[in-house]
Amino acid sequence: MSQTAIAQADWGGGASPFGVAWQKMMMWFFIVTDALLFAGLLVSYGVVRIATGSWPVQSEVFSLTYIAAMTFVLITSSATMACAVKAAELKRPQIATRWLWLTIVGGFGFLGMQAYEWSHFIHEGGAIASNPWGPPTFSQFFFVITGFHGFHVLTGVTVLLVVAIRAAIGKYSAAGIENAGLYWHFVDLVWVFVFALFYLV
Amino acid sequence: MAHAKESFISKYIFSFDHKMIGKQYFTLAMIMGFIGGILAVLIRLQLGFPSQPWPFLENLFPVGMASGIMTPEFYVSLFTMHGTIMVFFLLSLLPVSGFGNFLIPLQIGARDMAFPFLNMLSFWTVVPGAIIIIISFFVEGGAAASGWTAYPPLSAIRSAIPGSGAGQTLWLVGMIFFVASFTMGGLNFVVTILNLRTKGLRLMRMPLTTWAQFVVGILGLLSFPALAAGAILLTFDRSLGTSFFLPAGIFIGDTLMPHEGGTPLLWQHLFWFLGHPEVYIIMLPAMGFTSDVLATFCRRPIFGYRSMVYAIMAIGTLSFLVWGHHMFVSGMSPFLGSLFVVTTLAIAIPSAVKAFNWLFTIAKAKIRFTTAALFALAVVSLFVTGGLTGIFLGTNATDIQLHDTYFVVGHFHFIMAGAGLFGAFAAVYFWYPKMFGRKLNERIGKIHFWITFVAYYAVFFPMHYLGVAGMMRRIYDPNVYEYLQPLQPVNLFITISAFVLFAGQLLFLWNYFVSMRRGETATGNPWDAAGLEWSTPAKPGHGNWEGDIPEVHRWPYDYSRPDRKRDFVGQWES
Repeated sequence: MSQTAIAQADWGGGASPFGVAWQKMMMWFFIVTDALLFAGLLVSYGVVRIATGSWPVQSEVFSLTYIAAMTFVLITSSATMACAVKAAELKRPQIATRWLWLTIVGGFGFLGMQAYEWSHFIHEGGAIASNPWGPPTFSQFFFVITGFHGFHVLTGVTVLLVVAIRAAIGKYSAAGIENAGLYWHFVDLVWVFVFALFYLV
Repeated sequence: MAHAKESFISKYIFSFDHKMIGKQYFTLAMIMGFIGGILAVLIRLQLGFPSQPWPFLENLFPVGMASGIMTPEFYVSLFTMHGTIMVFFLLSLLPVSGFGNFLIPLQIGARDMAFPFLNMLSFWTVVPGAIIIIISFFVEGGAAASGWTAYPPLSAIRSAIPGSGAGQTLWLVGMIFFVASFTMGGLNFVVTILNLRTKGLRLMRMPLTTWAQFVVGILGLLSFPALAAGAILLTFDRSLGTSFFLPAGIFIGDTLMPHEGGTPLLWQHLFWFLGHPEVYIIMLPAMGFTSDVLATFCRRPIFGYRSMVYAIMAIGTLSFLVWGHHMFVSGMSPFLGSLFVVTTLAIAIPSAVKAFNWLFTIAKAKIRFTTAALFALAVVSLFVTGGLTGIFLGTNATDIQLHDTYFVVGHFHFIMAGAGLFGAFAAVYFWYPKMFGRKLNERIGKIHFWITFVAYYAVFFPMHYLGVAGMMRRIYDPNVYEYLQPLQPVNLFITISAFVLFAGQLLFLWNYFVSMRRGETATGNPWDAAGLEWSTPAKPGHGNWEGDIPEVHRWPYDYSRPDRKRDFVGQWES
């Protein structure tokens, strides 16, 4: 929304001040509150890690190339989602739905890669309460943070599937694609923080 | 609005109507408040008559009161659950979820909340939470026993004390339900107020109650995630053997726990980042009710409306910067502590703005002393008392002396519990005619008010003395310390006053439920009030207004108009 539109926003009642439907506004507020949940987990991780002192070198535990590939898949799915939203905005339902299915494939791809990463991590000896690389809190936060994010990706894929299936049975909704898209971009953005703070720093 | 005939289930149980959902919250909150009150009576029983046998209670609590004497474990569970139930399931549910749902659409001129289905869902999410909290008393080991703040390690290690087992698990599950419900409610509040105001209702024409609910919605959305994050980590610590909150070297009995690397302080930060805004989630609606009720019964425009709105926003903002004042004795750096002192004392400024604006509204007014007005005046009194004692606790130099004593118990029962509860009472007496088309009985209401007001001061004012004298906040039997023995008469006095206070509330419950059918019938606007909600019929149906939604032409406090036939002009009148 442009700045002039905000300046001209109708605060006088009888209209939506930001010119958006309540569904979209609710999604934005939900994203704020959900982002703070991740913030709580990431701050906890920071506090414990600083208090612990010694921390494993992540590149020795994980294959960062593999994690980068995961990131690439997820970010690409964000791009296809953006195409779906744009097509919905241009009132081209069939193209929008096609991009949507592609996004869903990307989401499942990420989840599959994460499942493999988890099994690899567990195979190497990483358990929820202990691990061979250093303080137990390392693997604890690994499972909680990536698990919680993976749960969000799963939720996002489910939402996208609902929207796509509704489109397939003739209940196509451009607003539905847009709101699901907001959530999907949010889930991808959170991964950038998880990637940067847990794997790189 | 014409409506198809509704079945019993769609009208009373899975209703989408915000007014019915509000009333459902009232009923749930009152049941929970009644249970919380019984717990308080049991706590006072132990403190007034330490370790005396009460054989008849053994039938009710065969383990906790074996041979009629309360066990320390049971006592710890009692105050834990009293705090949890009262803070979350009474003082959050009644003023916020209950009155928020009931009043917001009426006050902003909307047919319903933005997302009625989510609204219904949020109520039916909190019900299982409440049931789980109650059930936790009957599991092995009894209910949670780590205080309403659930500090680890007591809350994180299952074998720490009896209440740390199944009871604490159920506490966490119940709280997760509560947080989910409250988040759904908050989303609805904020979006409804932003998007669904009727034509002409600018933000600066909203009643202060709606302003308070708006800020409360935002506070809830920003603060509860911290508790949710903490609850997730705590659940892992409890069930999967992680040690997010547990450092190395903890012994339970003679057993060394295998945990290492965590820190219990992390929980305190996460908890109080929610915990302090939660105090204002309870307080702000009470402040809004007080403003609306006082203006109506003083027949005066509220003094300093704009400054009231800015004060609400300032309190909401500052509430996120003060959580450290709950942790002054946790070993934090004195420099950090001083910062928290500054932010904490800064809240005194907007709070004083509110108190003085109320006083200026009251000053020289011809007050109509209805029960609602009396309760609203009592809020001002309790707010000042609790606010002044808060200054001692918000300053780290004095807090170190007073921390975890009865001074704290007295303080927060005045400001948060007291002002919140009296504000809710004022609101119930004021808006009851809109809820049920009948008035509450005023005579019983006034008796209820005076019993509650006098007994409330009698219970909680002496606690400040106990605290200064050194009586600990969560002590089971003060008589084990010689220096506390001379204070036993004070404890006995408090206990007797607490029994009176509890009995007084039975009067209210009786009034509430009997007046639904037998109360004096009320018109659509029985108090000559100017707010938009009073333009609806006496018992508004689903959809609130029968014709079009009225347009709003003015603010809600247009009283004392000598140029008009009546002394007020409704918001809906041009």
